[in-house]
Amino acid sequence: MTKIKSLADLRKMKEEVQSKIRLRENSENAGQVVQIKVGMATCGIASGAKETMRFFVEQLEQEAIDAVVTQTGCMGYCYAEPTVEVTLPDKEPVVFGYVGKEKVHEIIDVYIKRGELIDGIIPVNFKTIDE
Amino acid sequence: MRTLSEHIMDIVQNSVRAGATLIEVIVEESKKNDLCELTITDNGCGMNDSQLHDAANPFFTSRKTRKVGLGLPLLKQNAETAEGELKIDSGIGEGTSITATFGLSHIDKPPMGDVWETLYQLWLSYPKIELAYRHKTDIGEFELGSGDLKEVLGDVSLQQKEIRNGIIELIKTNLNEIEATI
Repeated sequence: MTKIKSLADLRKMKEEVQSKIRLRENSENAGQVVQIKVGMATCGIASGAKETMRFFVEQLEQEAIDAVVTQTGCMGYCYAEPTVEVTLPDKEPVVFGYVGKEKVHEIIDVYIKRGELIDGIIPVNFKTIDE
Repeated sequence: MRTLSEHIMDIVQNSVRAGATLIEVIVEESKKNDLCELTITDNGCGMNDSQLHDAANPFFTSRKTRKVGLGLPLLKQNAETAEGELKIDSGIGEGTSITATFGLSHIDKPPMGDVWETLYQLWLSYPKIELAYRHKTDIGEFELGSGDLKEVLGDVSLQQKEIRNGIIELIKTNLNEIEATI
């Protein structure tokens, strides 16, 4: 691949991959894609949340999963950073703590792909199975 | 914080929470003056005199989720340890400007780190905010902002692998050209 040095190079590269491009998600179908929010406050950054976000972007792209990855501020779980909130389509958001590289793989393979809950969830609501 | 990129990520979050629509990150290095200056300016809601006075106090925060605010104090500590200082300017309705200076060759100055990753993640997460980056050395200057990206890429998702790699490579190549200290 030729080196990308100027905006013109970037534009040319974009045109070359035009056929594979998908547009940014718009808010109308936001409910149908997986939403990933990585906690990126001071505590998160200091614990490596940048790497966590990078792994998510890379892995989801590789596995061709339709997801929007973004960052958020302090969710209040500073002791368990890096934290990530995952919202599957039509499901409640779930917050995971201590999300390192291995955990990112686990979350994607088990929770996102199969919908099975895994260890390391931080309870954010207090609903019981009776409700 | 181990790198300046992490500090940038952190302080820009402050600007986002202040409702900024325009954020400028400027890194100026001078080997001649042995100086590295990081400036982050935003057009957010700004702080009043009392908040400004307490901004670098770790036990002061505008958040409700916890009682400490470590972003600015950690930056201040790193700057002062590297024979520099942290200056904060702000006014209600006037935005905020943070300038941290470091001795460029000082052993305690954190390395720049992967600023391309930081910028990419910020552009990805806040598509509605105009975030501009400028890096200046004795050799030359490099500038890139969300406006430029929007013009070149249109509505394409930044998460697309080729686009992501393209943006990161663009930044890396240019920083290399101006011999930025990483």
